[in-house]
Amino acid sequence: MADTMNRASKDDAPLSTANKESQAIDEATDGLIVQRGDKLVARAVTINRPRAELYAFWRDFSNLPPILDNVVRIDVLDRERSHWVVKAPAGGTVEWDSRITEDREGELIAWASEDGADIPNSGRIEFRDAGARGTVVVATINYAQPGGTIGRVISRIFQREPKMQAQRDLRRFKQLMETGEIATSSRTQQQLEEERN
Amino acid sequence: MRALTWHGKHDVRVDSVPDPEILNPRDAIIKITSTAICGSDLHLYDGYIPTMMAGDILGHEFMGEVVETGARSTLKKGQRVVVPFTIACGSCYHCGKHQYSGCENGLPADNQDIGQELYGQPMAGLFGYSHLTGGYAGGQAEYVRVPFSDVGPIVIPDGIEDEKVLFLSDILPTGWMAAENAEIEPGDIVAVWGCGPVGLFAVQSAFLMGAERVIAIDHFPRRLELARRFGAETINFEETDTAAALFEMTGGIGPDAVIDSVGLEAHGFFVDNVLDQIKKSTFLGTDRIHSIRQAILACRKGGRVSMPAVYGGFVDKFPLGALMEKGLTLKTGQTHVQHYMPALLNAIMEGKIDTTFLISHTLPLEQAPQGYKMFHDNQNEVTKVVLKPGMALAAE
Repeated sequence: MADTMNRASKDDAPLSTANKESQAIDEATDGLIVQRGDKLVARAVTINRPRAELYAFWRDFSNLPPILDNVVRIDVLDRERSHWVVKAPAGGTVEWDSRITEDREGELIAWASEDGADIPNSGRIEFRDAGARGTVVVATINYAQPGGTIGRVISRIFQREPKMQAQRDLRRFKQLMETGEIATSSRTQQQLEEERN
Repeated sequence: MRALTWHGKHDVRVDSVPDPEILNPRDAIIKITSTAICGSDLHLYDGYIPTMMAGDILGHEFMGEVVETGARSTLKKGQRVVVPFTIACGSCYHCGKHQYSGCENGLPADNQDIGQELYGQPMAGLFGYSHLTGGYAGGQAEYVRVPFSDVGPIVIPDGIEDEKVLFLSDILPTGWMAAENAEIEPGDIVAVWGCGPVGLFAVQSAFLMGAERVIAIDHFPRRLELARRFGAETINFEETDTAAALFEMTGGIGPDAVIDSVGLEAHGFFVDNVLDQIKKSTFLGTDRIHSIRQAILACRKGGRVSMPAVYGGFVDKFPLGALMEKGLTLKTGQTHVQHYMPALLNAIMEGKIDTTFLISHTLPLEQAPQGYKMFHDNQNEVTKVVLKPGMALAAE
């Protein structure tokens, strides 16, 4: 089975850095995540906190909207299932139900969208001990670019710079975990609200 | 409140803007008592730094009184503090190593993309220095919001006037770190390019670290005079062949350590096209790189090159061969202000370091635009302008 950080097949570099996306998806979906499309985004970040704490924060999906850009809300339906509402252009939203496909306490959480998702997607977040540096968090996300007009519109938000977006989200996660707050250069409450909407 | 705001090239104004508020638990609001115009502020004034927006509040050298604190701030109302120009969290990997200017959490997440693209990794946030460094409002104002106030600001004991400690915010630690990066050994001869505030503090620091001789290089007579006051020998590069003089003054060996405190003088990011524009319009880009090139060629074999001067982009004709063949060590970086503040505050209190000599002009905040103009137009006489929000206007 492939490994998101140590890809045994070609060299020792992580999957996210493969030049051929399709090959990386083949390896990622070979037991790591359920395939939900032909796009793959993966990023790693070091967070100077114990992995149990990071896992616990992420495992409660209702904690995530402040760090995930574009996410309006996440309804936790039960221990396995959650409902995601995400901003789309022109004031609309896209939605999907997500089910946890693998869950190892303190180590990793994998998920996949269920049938009928506006944007089929799956992913995996891993938490690895990094000694004095804390924890290396690796996020891998697979998704499908929808067809049709709405697909084109949606792809604009997801396709703009999906790697950048994932990285920004991980930076906010890091900021909240390491510093207890999300950095802002706003000067007033009003500016901050405008910036976050 | 009143604040000095940027509106375009050579257009800064004192405007009325909403007061800053506590937004995060570790924030504090500081009522400014003294703030200085930095040489690097002139690059904003000259319009060289990209991503400035009309209305941005400038200023990254400031101090004042704590008037409001967030739930997790460790400051108390009424304390006097000096605030470092770098915004660092104190909790990340780099802060743990006291490399505060490499803080990973000082910039808002969305502002980190450009540093990642340009330098491979984003840097810490800075006050009042464009949206590339976070878009944080600066301290040339009546009040400022200071993030991570439990880590950055240093509390100043009562009875020490602002003028003695204000420069802990940037230029004193920057000059000190420049000398530290030169790894000075007792008996060394050290050459310093540029007698601006950073160069002059590097001269003082080099002597404190045991340098036997310091040679200061500039072209403003007033600034060379200040260097001489601290015991430096001087070279006026308009009067003298600097390279030849350094060779002769060191008996052919060259200085043991060289410090370039000229550079682009800016704390910010320069992208290539901006550099090109500068080169074209003012000849500055090609001229200013001259100092580091000359320093590397002058340095003795096996010597140390320290570069506090700020370079933001790419340079042509960098003497990489000389660096290698002569076995030089190059150390540089934005200042880790938080790391140096406590020891430097002690040195000031013990009278080992004097900073007040630098201040040539003190003005009310309302006259900040005049301060910028006089600093810009006359760098020989105007060595440092300090602005005071509370100071009465001079009679018209």
